Amino acid sequence: MSYYFAVIGTQDNPLFEYEFGTSKQGGDGQSRFTEQAHHLNQFVLHSSLDIVEEVQWMNGQLYMKVIDKFFTNYISCFMTGGSVKFLLLHQPSATASGTASATRNSTSVGANPTSPQTEEAIKNFFSEVYENYVKAIMSPFYKVNMEIRSPVFRQRVAAAGRKYL
Amino acid sequence: MAHLGPGKTASSKEQTGLRYPSNGKTIYHRPLNRTKTAELSQSSFAYLFSEMVTYAQRRVTGIQELEKRLNVQGHPIGLKLLDLLLMREPPRTQTRPLTIIALLHFIKINLWTHLFGRQADRLEKSSNPDTPDEYMIVDNEPVVNAYISVPREMSQLNCAAFVAGIIEGVCDGAMFPARVTAHSVGGKEEGEMWPGKTVFLVKFQPEILEREALLGKS
Repeated sequence: MSYYFAVIGTQDNPLFEYEFGTSKQGGDGQSRFTEQAHHLNQFVLHSSLDIVEEVQWMNGQLYMKVIDKFFTNYISCFMTGGSVKFLLLHQPSATASGTASATRNSTSVGANPTSPQTEEAIKNFFSEVYENYVKAIMSPFYKVNMEIRSPVFRQRVAAAGRKYL
Repeated sequence: MAHLGPGKTASSKEQTGLRYPSNGKTIYHRPLNRTKTAELSQSSFAYLFSEMVTYAQRRVTGIQELEKRLNVQGHPIGLKLLDLLLMREPPRTQTRPLTIIALLHFIKINLWTHLFGRQADRLEKSSNPDTPDEYMIVDNEPVVNAYISVPREMSQLNCAAFVAGIIEGVCDGAMFPARVTAHSVGGKEEGEMWPGKTVFLVKFQPEILEREALLGKS
């Protein structure tokens, strides 16, 4: 299971990005994207912004669950009050490793991207990032749509990823 | 360095200088949830605010420009408060405001309680059919104006333009772009109950009403 997480500003400008892998089921927290996928991920993620714009007025929940799918890439979205988007692209690891491991993984977080467990895990991840994001914008030197460069913020996102995904 | 936590030390050792606090505590280490008792002294606020007005006044030529400056000072506060107040909501009611009414209620109740310790006094929709995009938030006694006496020749001025800026920030942040202005409506006759009564006129952009009509149908 590999993840690509990005914070997108109100002008659809990227503010922060982070790539990681699962730490559950003995994962090492490293992403397993292929070489091209690194660039493709950014496209896939940003293309889902159109769908965000449709979904955001349907209900006021901050967490919108899986909103878009591109082959095996699933996009979950979380929108803050200030219309900043948190997007998480998750890609279940390829099942080429054999059916035995596939069945074992089917109960794990992430093996089934639309299962309630996965949704809950991603929700927890987003909530923790949201808390840290609000702390980031509380800085009097932070203006809206500024890139978030703080290494502490990055550490915190990484920790949330390790904890929940 | 032994007193610092393990993960943090590695990075904070390499980075020195003014950017990094010596005790390793950053804004990320502070809790977001303040208790209700964490109120600020009104006199120190009044002192700071009078300094802000003076600062703005030295750099402008007219009253409109002065109000504009106060408005701009408040705007980023509104943008940030929107997220902070949503964050503090209990998860069940943690929703983004999707309609004008929900947004104005959020301002009247949550924002006002946070800033001034009480709700705004009234919420009104413009009764004029030509201006359906105008809403009014009424505050009988704005805290920011408590120690401000406006000279007679500047009677147009209302320093609550600062609060109007905060409201505008909240509206803009929630994707309801609006112009918000503060108007004094009290003090016209003797013995009035609320001489400092201020109306915050919220004028939404036309596309917001269009969107609202579309969403209402579906």
